[in-house]
Amino acid sequence: MTAFLQQLDPVSLVSIMLITATPLVLAALGGMMCERSGVVNIALEGIMLTGAFIGYFVAFLTQNLWLGLLAAIVSGMLIATLHAVLSVSFLVDQIVSGTVINILAVGVTGVFYRTYLETATTAGPGTLPHWNLPLLSSIPVLGPILFQNQLVTYAMLVLIFVVHFVLFNTVWGLRTRACGENPRAAETAGINVYFVRYVNVIASGALAGLGGAYFSLQQIGTFLPNMTGGRGFIALAAMIFGKWTPGGAFLASLLFTGSDQLGSRLQSVFQVHVPLQFLGMLPYVLTIVVVAGAMGRAIAPAAVGRPYKKT
Amino acid sequence: MRRFRAGWLVSSLLVPLASVVAGFLVGALAIVAAGADPLQAYGALFAGAFTNRNAFAETLVSTVPYVLLGLGLALGFRAGLFNIGAEGQFYIGALTGVFVGYSIHGLPLLIEIPAALLAGMAGGFAWAAIAGFLKAWTGAHEVITSIMLNYVAFLVANYLIDGANGKPGVMVAPNVSTPRTPDVDPGAMLPIIVPGSRLHLGLLLALIAVPLVWFLIERTTVGFRLRAVGFNQGTARAAGISVAQTIVLTMGISGALAGAAGIVQVLGLSHHMTDTVAAGYGFDAIAIALLARSNPWGVLPAALLFGALHNGAGFMQLETQVSSDLISIVQASLIIFVAAPAIVRWLLRLREQPVETVQITQREVETPVG
Amino acid sequence: MDLAVEWGQVHALLGENGAGKSTLMNVVYGLVSPDSGEIDFDGNPVKIGGPQDAIRLGIGMVHQHFMLIPPLTVAENIVLGREIASAGVVNLDRSYRTVNDLSARYGLEVDPRQRVQDLSVGVQQRVEILKALYRGARLLILDEPTAVLTPQEIEGLFEIVRTLTAAGNAVIFITHKLAEVMEIADQITVMRRGQVVGVTTPAESKPADLARMMVGRPVLLRVEKQPAKPGSEVLRVDDLVVHDDRRQLAVDHVGLAVRAGEILGIAGVEGNGQNELVEAIVGLRPARSGKVLLEGKDITRRPTRDRLRRGVGLIPADRQRQGIILELPIADNLILSDYDRPPYERWLVRQFNTIRSAAERLVETFDIRIRSVDDPAGSLSGGNQQKLVVARELGTAPKVLVASQPTRGVDVGSIEFIHRRLVTERDAGLAVLLVSSELDEILSLADRVAVLYRGRIVAVLDAAEAEREHIGLLMAGAAA
Repeated sequence: MTAFLQQLDPVSLVSIMLITATPLVLAALGGMMCERSGVVNIALEGIMLTGAFIGYFVAFLTQNLWLGLLAAIVSGMLIATLHAVLSVSFLVDQIVSGTVINILAVGVTGVFYRTYLETATTAGPGTLPHWNLPLLSSIPVLGPILFQNQLVTYAMLVLIFVVHFVLFNTVWGLRTRACGENPRAAETAGINVYFVRYVNVIASGALAGLGGAYFSLQQIGTFLPNMTGGRGFIALAAMIFGKWTPGGAFLASLLFTGSDQLGSRLQSVFQVHVPLQFLGMLPYVLTIVVVAGAMGRAIAPAAVGRPYKKT
Repeated sequence: MRRFRAGWLVSSLLVPLASVVAGFLVGALAIVAAGADPLQAYGALFAGAFTNRNAFAETLVSTVPYVLLGLGLALGFRAGLFNIGAEGQFYIGALTGVFVGYSIHGLPLLIEIPAALLAGMAGGFAWAAIAGFLKAWTGAHEVITSIMLNYVAFLVANYLIDGANGKPGVMVAPNVSTPRTPDVDPGAMLPIIVPGSRLHLGLLLALIAVPLVWFLIERTTVGFRLRAVGFNQGTARAAGISVAQTIVLTMGISGALAGAAGIVQVLGLSHHMTDTVAAGYGFDAIAIALLARSNPWGVLPAALLFGALHNGAGFMQLETQVSSDLISIVQASLIIFVAAPAIVRWLLRLREQPVETVQITQREVETPVG
Repeated sequence: MDLAVEWGQVHALLGENGAGKSTLMNVVYGLVSPDSGEIDFDGNPVKIGGPQDAIRLGIGMVHQHFMLIPPLTVAENIVLGREIASAGVVNLDRSYRTVNDLSARYGLEVDPRQRVQDLSVGVQQRVEILKALYRGARLLILDEPTAVLTPQEIEGLFEIVRTLTAAGNAVIFITHKLAEVMEIADQITVMRRGQVVGVTTPAESKPADLARMMVGRPVLLRVEKQPAKPGSEVLRVDDLVVHDDRRQLAVDHVGLAVRAGEILGIAGVEGNGQNELVEAIVGLRPARSGKVLLEGKDITRRPTRDRLRRGVGLIPADRQRQGIILELPIADNLILSDYDRPPYERWLVRQFNTIRSAAERLVETFDIRIRSVDDPAGSLSGGNQQKLVVARELGTAPKVLVASQPTRGVDVGSIEFIHRRLVTERDAGLAVLLVSSELDEILSLADRVAVLYRGRIVAVLDAAEAEREHIGLLMAGAAA
């Protein structure tokens, strides 16, 4: 039994699960703020990709990781603003608007990558440093998992609590939820629904942009075309599975990354030769199962997805 | 039952036209940002698409899959379904079609081509129907499930062709340098219709598909069901229409068209399938269907535009060093301009106090009764 | 357009559906901007650009369709927009206390911690009123407040209104129900087609006078009809159990029977299981247990399509969501139930000429005011849309017609037409199951009256024996 556990190495497994869940959780938090106010954000994938690219691009030009991180967040906010303009002000179907942004993101990042980065000869600024928090990182089991991480992961952990508090304990969160459930009622209560939705969409852009920075600035240290690989959509599934709550999204994301990791671990432990492609399918199939299974029971904010026209 | 009104003319022609112009303007800005001359770049684009030797034929070659995919997307939109999974259905269709294509030997053209074509359409139909079923029976949003199925489709294709764990793929051809399926039987290859070019019979198939889809949507009871469900699921159900069946069937037909696009590419051009994935067809199709305002006839000019962009981009990159990815910027801008005014105009024409609006997709979770 | 309201008064704004009452009040509340004219408040001219301005002046509005957020609590709903908070963090305790204080002061009992979605409609209305009072409303506008209340709850509402006006506040009571106006109003302004046609008091006018002002001509308040000659049983429901969307019991072992040539009316306040009952009969909702029988044959498990084919007709309560497809042409809507049957269809291809002529015939017979059968159904007025639905259903020559709220949101002229038509069809042998929350409609049309309360049929009476007060008590669940 102990030999099995040793081979499985649960501490490093959970640690990797947490780290790889970072972009999912951040994007899910963003998607959640957005949807709670009533706007569907299919563009999380595109925003993350843009964040990854701009973050790396700026870091590369300035050779400064922190500026790159900031740029990733800001770029996410800018693109999210486009989504907000289209779907809140112009009443464009939110799915269409989100899809447009995804297409735009792939195109823009592709063009600028090829023009400026693909043939670059200088080295990039590397990846974000690991920060081992003193004392805390020495705690057995939890220490290595929680307190020996890089900035984006720490930010993720903190933001889970922040978003929860904002949504459920503040005036802003109350108004956001009102706009997502019954925008007309919110308007008659004197709330500016457009403003609330705008801010929440832009906030989701900031979060997704940060999530994108994970890929290029924390994980790999460079930008590769399409490096987000559908994670933005999986984040949406995590959000749904987590019933639009931060804690739920966190656990759901862990479930996704866990199944991914566990699959390959078990494979090496038990010497089972499952084709690589099937393992690769696991997160996508799991997303389908979650969305199909959870949909019936999980109830989305009532007005989500419907453009709202002020009277 | 169509009325020809001036307003219809404006919104159906002027708006898409204006969107295209605006899209190109934005593209011009991006070209400038990338350090090149927009006029030169667009000039090369146009030349590459139309005037160079064989360019027009090549543009038509690129147009063929766009027409079929665009039709599939447009059909879905009319029913309120967003079939982003066209990409995956394209691949599955190519897989099933190519399998039939290389498995039958020696039969005449008139049998082999339809056989492979039908196999491709069946594959696409089935793959799309999965998302349709999930939506109809669980309310799972077809956008997410379709995108997931796209990734699964790529992996399935990869597995079947590349194989895994050291074993060769089930569909791989023996003794080839790069993993690919065997060539299809010569009897299944689509004949070239313009000698000296790559333009094949698939063009005729695409051209026939347009009036067929139009007829289906506007003149048949199947199309009526589709449109009714797209407009108002509640009333459709109350009138006895099975919304679940309609959703599955519509997704299926949309997938069949995508699968047709996939197999037509194989039968007409490469004659086999490789393990490399040429992404982007599915998203282009969305833009085409939007530009065409979900009208089958509109799909033709829209598909031609995209075919021209696709074909001209390569030449443009060669001549002016402007990356061909620029095309997606043009396309994306184009969609933005098409989607925004069109839908706003549409809203205002229908009702005065839109608390809820008619959308391209429906987010309500309907409890399926059958 | 002139309207004058005084403090300490209940001012009734009377008019039929579409007369402009709600629109006028939406202007006062700032939800709609006027094209011209001015508003004076407390003697001073004011500009009301949005609900914020109205609220600041002390104007509060309770809409016909509640503006509440179901998953949030009573307290959260009441304070929304003017939250009790420090540094952005909501103070729930103070909120609860404030709500309790207000509630005690005006006699509006609520529990601040309950979620609005768990409350009954009457209590939800109290929350709406508290919302307005919390914001300091001194002029309260109530838009059709009694539509969703039992007669007893209506009395309770009147009590609250009187308490408010006794304290010096003013209440504008929008309604189309003459009896209520006579009981509660101090002043009455009658509107018709967007104009004020009369200002009076209950002392000066009789209901018939008011009705005439509302419509511009003498109005038939009751339908003339011969006694029914019922034939054999057409529709039967046995021990039916149906759940609502939240998996709660909505129809509780209901049994009833409708015979050919009779109108069975189901009275009851909305929300007591009517919609679920209707949907189960038609097949839009599965029954947990029990049976639905058409002419003796069990159709409980059959899909809607089958039931429609076999002779069940439906006039749904929500014509926009279940009755017509606004975007499709009138002609398509008129043959909607039969779109895929000959002669409207042959080999899957639709026969447009046949469809058009059938549609034109129906339009003629049912006097639907249209421009062309090719126009989208959304271009019709509410009354004509409803006539379209009635025309379609009767056009299929059903054996039993389930009519759910058949004249809701319909102008008086069309109401008369539909009522007369239902009686005519009844005389020709049609079985009609009439579900309505308008007691007058039931009393006017039905041959037998059943009362639905909390999903159970609590009584079945012959029309002759049915008395308003008695039925009102039954509708509220009081003694049999």
